[in-house]
Amino acid sequence: MTSTDQTLPEGIQAQNRTIVVDELARVEGEGALDVKVEGGVITNIKFRIVEPPRFFEALLRGRMYSDAPDVTARICGICPIAYMLGAINAMEDAFDIVPPAPIKRLRRLIYCGEWIESHVLHSAMLHAPDFLGLADAFLIAKVNPDLVKTALRLKKLGNTILEVVGGRAVHPVNLKVGGFYRTPRKADIKGLESELEWAIGASVELLDAFAGFDYPDFEQDYLCVSMRHPDEYAIQEGNLVSSRGLDIRVADFPKHFYEEHVEHSNALHGRTREGEPYLVGPIARYNNNFEQLSPYAQEMAAKVGLPRIVKNPYQSILVRMVETLYVCEEALAIVREYEEPTAPSVEVDIHAGAGAGAGGDGSAARHLLAPLQPQRHRPHPQRHHRAADGPEPAADRGRPARCRAGQPRPR
Amino acid sequence: MADKPRLAVWKFSSCDGCQLSLLDCEDELLAVAGAVEIAYFLEASRTPPQGPYDISLVEGSITTPADSVRIAEIRRQSKAVISIGACATSGGFQALRNIGDYDEIVRNVYAHPEYIDALKTSTPISSRIHVDFELRGCPVNKHQLLEVVAASLAGRRPNVPNYSQCVECKRSGIVCVMVAHGTPCLGPVTQAGCGSLCTSCDRGCYGCFGPKEEANTKSLGKRISEDFGVGHRATADMFRTFNAGAEPFRREALRHDEH
Repeated sequence: MTSTDQTLPEGIQAQNRTIVVDELARVEGEGALDVKVEGGVITNIKFRIVEPPRFFEALLRGRMYSDAPDVTARICGICPIAYMLGAINAMEDAFDIVPPAPIKRLRRLIYCGEWIESHVLHSAMLHAPDFLGLADAFLIAKVNPDLVKTALRLKKLGNTILEVVGGRAVHPVNLKVGGFYRTPRKADIKGLESELEWAIGASVELLDAFAGFDYPDFEQDYLCVSMRHPDEYAIQEGNLVSSRGLDIRVADFPKHFYEEHVEHSNALHGRTREGEPYLVGPIARYNNNFEQLSPYAQEMAAKVGLPRIVKNPYQSILVRMVETLYVCEEALAIVREYEEPTAPSVEVDIHAGAGAGAGGDGSAARHLLAPLQPQRHRPHPQRHHRAADGPEPAADRGRPARCRAGQPRPR
Repeated sequence: MADKPRLAVWKFSSCDGCQLSLLDCEDELLAVAGAVEIAYFLEASRTPPQGPYDISLVEGSITTPADSVRIAEIRRQSKAVISIGACATSGGFQALRNIGDYDEIVRNVYAHPEYIDALKTSTPISSRIHVDFELRGCPVNKHQLLEVVAASLAGRRPNVPNYSQCVECKRSGIVCVMVAHGTPCLGPVTQAGCGSLCTSCDRGCYGCFGPKEEANTKSLGKRISEDFGVGHRATADMFRTFNAGAEPFRREALRHDEH
């Protein structure tokens, strides 16, 4: 990673200096940062993920396929749906299950809830204080209580969607391979409608407020990698695409990308096979799939001055709010059309197989979760032998833990 | 301002979900921030740590040498230490390493095991220091979390029941999934507190609040593995999730390994 002296504050230009931040505040998980400056030029940056490894990939081996969603949820309490649906997509791929449209729509709805909760938490409580020079959102509440109250109400709506569809906001219990354990009641889903109507305006309000921040003049030409779906703004399923024309199935991720274990970080570093770092997350999604946002979300993005291709990482806060606006509209549409599906899930025909799945992460550090490879999950419930007999295994290989792997995302 | 009790929130090996539960108290958050001084909460604030603290909420389990040292320092700086969530109270899902081949597990995940500086075990906060209260759950119930903080501020014992999930289901009028549908359920041996989430979704309880007092795991384990035909291996795995390190669950899983 390199940079030039124009990006450095005046005080440390033309100096030799090492800056060490041992604890990054207002991020999910535990991270640290070392910056080395020589002659006013940054010569080395180490983004250290010091979050202790939990080895979920290894500990999932040999367990029932049906354990995968509930266990992978625990990778991250802020974006459990991304992990649950990544695991579910992989298992369904392995079992050749294509869930019916109503189940897909419900999954999209709960994902919208997670994006609202996670994006608003991130934007208003973790990121916004940086622009205001304040320690935290509690201090923003002292100078602008209405802004924080609006953000909290919007975040609460995201959590309410998670509760109505999934049973619980953090680590929902109602999702499984094949669909849901229980069909959400129509009355409960319809009960979300009026608050979602309010939420569209509230998202625009927050977008406008954040657009008034002072943005550093800094741009980088990122290689953007995200999911893409032919029919909709990709949230819960799709191919993997890049801003340079790559378009592959999720299962082919390892052919085009690799992940390296470096000494200073417990999270693996992801690169393309050509050795290039790439950007994931809201900006990558927005840049790759802008045309699939709703007309209103596109219009509001233009109104606050977001370019068609965002290159300024500080503007991720605005992109998050544009996505929040979009998922509020999307959730409202799903709620309005909702009819209870005839069955909460489809039958799972258990057989050995390979599968891959990805989830779009709404929250902090990244967007893509590496493919899960369930082929060595013990597929039969009645087998009594320890699965150490099979070849080596693994779920979610390469992404040790939570939203901390992958690319260092500038904040 | 100076008179406000000082609250700190600490993270160890965990998913952030329990401390997030505090931020998820959207209706109460600003009131909480008004009633206490949030003296350290790295996920929410860049205010640097400076003790002492009246209450320390601790999320996560002890899994590294450095964290073993850090938790002792937190104890020294805190009047009350409350561990929150399954990782902090039982070691979490990551405690499954305790019964595995640690070196093999590390090699399976990392290309360079020599870079990894971790302990071979994941253990609860109480394995290292005295804790004043343990709040269960994966994640904790945010209403119980507020109750524990309020009780601690008031110097009284938190009103957190330790009876089984079955009591909660009966009270809520939820039809027993095990009796009515033959669905394996850990409710009889699991502490109540989640709000009957799984049984409300027509699935069996998966034990994320950990063992209730005097849990009769042997009887339930036999019923699930033999009467319901789940088999010993899958039954062992039912006890080996987020509270795998809690003694009654750990013991029951081992019992099924013997078959």
